Amino acid sequence: MSEPQTSASAVKAAAAHWFERRNFWPVSAQDEADFAAWLNASLAHRAAYVRLEAAWKRSERLGVFKKSARPQAPLAPRRNLRLWFSSAAVAATFAVALVAINPFAPAPDADIQTFATAIGGHETLALSDGTKIELNTNSQLRTRITATERKVWLDRGEAYFKVTHNAKRPFIVVAGNHKVTDLGTTFYVRRESAKIRVGLVEGRAQVDALNAKTSVPSVQMMPGDVVIASANRIETEKKSITALATDLGWRSGLLIFKHSTLAEAAVQFNRYNSEKLVIAPAAADLKIGGTFKANSIADFAEVARVVLGVHIAHTTEHTIISR
Amino acid sequence: MEKPGPQRDTTDPRDPGAAMTASEVDQWFAREVLPLEAALMQFLQHHWRNRTDVEDLVQDVYVRIYESAQKQLPERPRHFVFTTARNLLIDRARRAQIIPIEALPDADTLDIALDTPSPERNAIARDELRRLQDALDRLPPRNREAVVLARIEGLTGREIAARMGLAEATVSHHLSNGIAALADMLYGDTTKDAGPK
Repeated sequence: MSEPQTSASAVKAAAAHWFERRNFWPVSAQDEADFAAWLNASLAHRAAYVRLEAAWKRSERLGVFKKSARPQAPLAPRRNLRLWFSSAAVAATFAVALVAINPFAPAPDADIQTFATAIGGHETLALSDGTKIELNTNSQLRTRITATERKVWLDRGEAYFKVTHNAKRPFIVVAGNHKVTDLGTTFYVRRESAKIRVGLVEGRAQVDALNAKTSVPSVQMMPGDVVIASANRIETEKKSITALATDLGWRSGLLIFKHSTLAEAAVQFNRYNSEKLVIAPAAADLKIGGTFKANSIADFAEVARVVLGVHIAHTTEHTIISR
Repeated sequence: MEKPGPQRDTTDPRDPGAAMTASEVDQWFAREVLPLEAALMQFLQHHWRNRTDVEDLVQDVYVRIYESAQKQLPERPRHFVFTTARNLLIDRARRAQIIPIEALPDADTLDIALDTPSPERNAIARDELRRLQDALDRLPPRNREAVVLARIEGLTGREIAARMGLAEATVSHHLSNGIAALADMLYGDTTKDAGPK
């Protein structure tokens, strides 16, 4: 009876297939009959399926990252808006619907489109050249796409770029005092108070100071590099691609921390929420890790309370964590 | 069998002659046996020279356990699991004539060696969350994203496909791989301690 069985890895894969199918997709009566036949064909099947069910049930605890610890106004589901436009006219319609056009743009220019998100927002733009831009919370950018050049100004916040490379039509992102030139690239640019942060996921990119008078040389980025540029210096940090993925958790509406202090976490949460998270000085250096919904300070506070034993207090516009 | 979500599978007793109902055995198996998987794998790795067989050996141990448990649930699950594993290895070894049977410790010795005092409840809860988080973090990025959207955001397959901009078949693949890998890490992982990196 106990042998020979189908190889354990094949049975596990079949069990995962059935589990996934039955739980996440519409299933027909025929599917269920097929499943029952598979399940009863061997005790190895049954054990593998029960094991997956149990593992999934166990992972339910991860749901603390979603479920609110206290009643909250329901949040609008995040829109994942895709804008496909082939003509300036269509683009203009979208732009009007989506944003407030900045009257202080470099020069009034029919080719310039402005896009912005509110706090907690996340929008995906698909440019006519195939380039994809995701705009994070509280961000604004302007684009000027012409036959000879593709230029984007990141006025505020953070954006992720997946650029369709075209050597004859460089793709340039201007952020503060620096510009990032794509050399076939996926990268993000984030503006922080006096700095910009550029992370390169794949391809190549170059970061330059806009002001030619500064003596800072341009930086060639390799995948995994994070460049932090301020008025008079450019530093490069080497990160793994997984670590970069952590920086990009917002693309799934998530904030991912690894050994971050509560103070650092609060800075991130406060980018995404109008309700603010405040950390008492005594608790500021406590470390936390995990994946959290960016729009739920309540979930984060609850996890911090359980894991770190901190105290949580609320005012109308603040959540306060103290020791 | 229980399915998370609105529908519930109520096809329950599968064998009227069996002393235990199928779902009783399933629940017992999930509660008592699965948490021993990492220790079981360690035991098998230690006593079987071909490591690539271990996953299949675990499967065979589970089948034997299920067969017995359908008649009666063992009173001492841990002892029973390791006795079953030991007997399986003996059968295999006899057939393959590879290792001397005496090389295997008996299950009573194992029982003592493997029994560890249960840590305090809070600490378990804390470790569990870390372990889950750690397992999630170690999934390949696309698998992970699909699992997060399913588990944390509670999205359906179609919603995940829309969110990730992928074909449904691709999402299906990422989800089932991710769930299978998660199960392996939660139950079978003997390579590292759970905990923040």
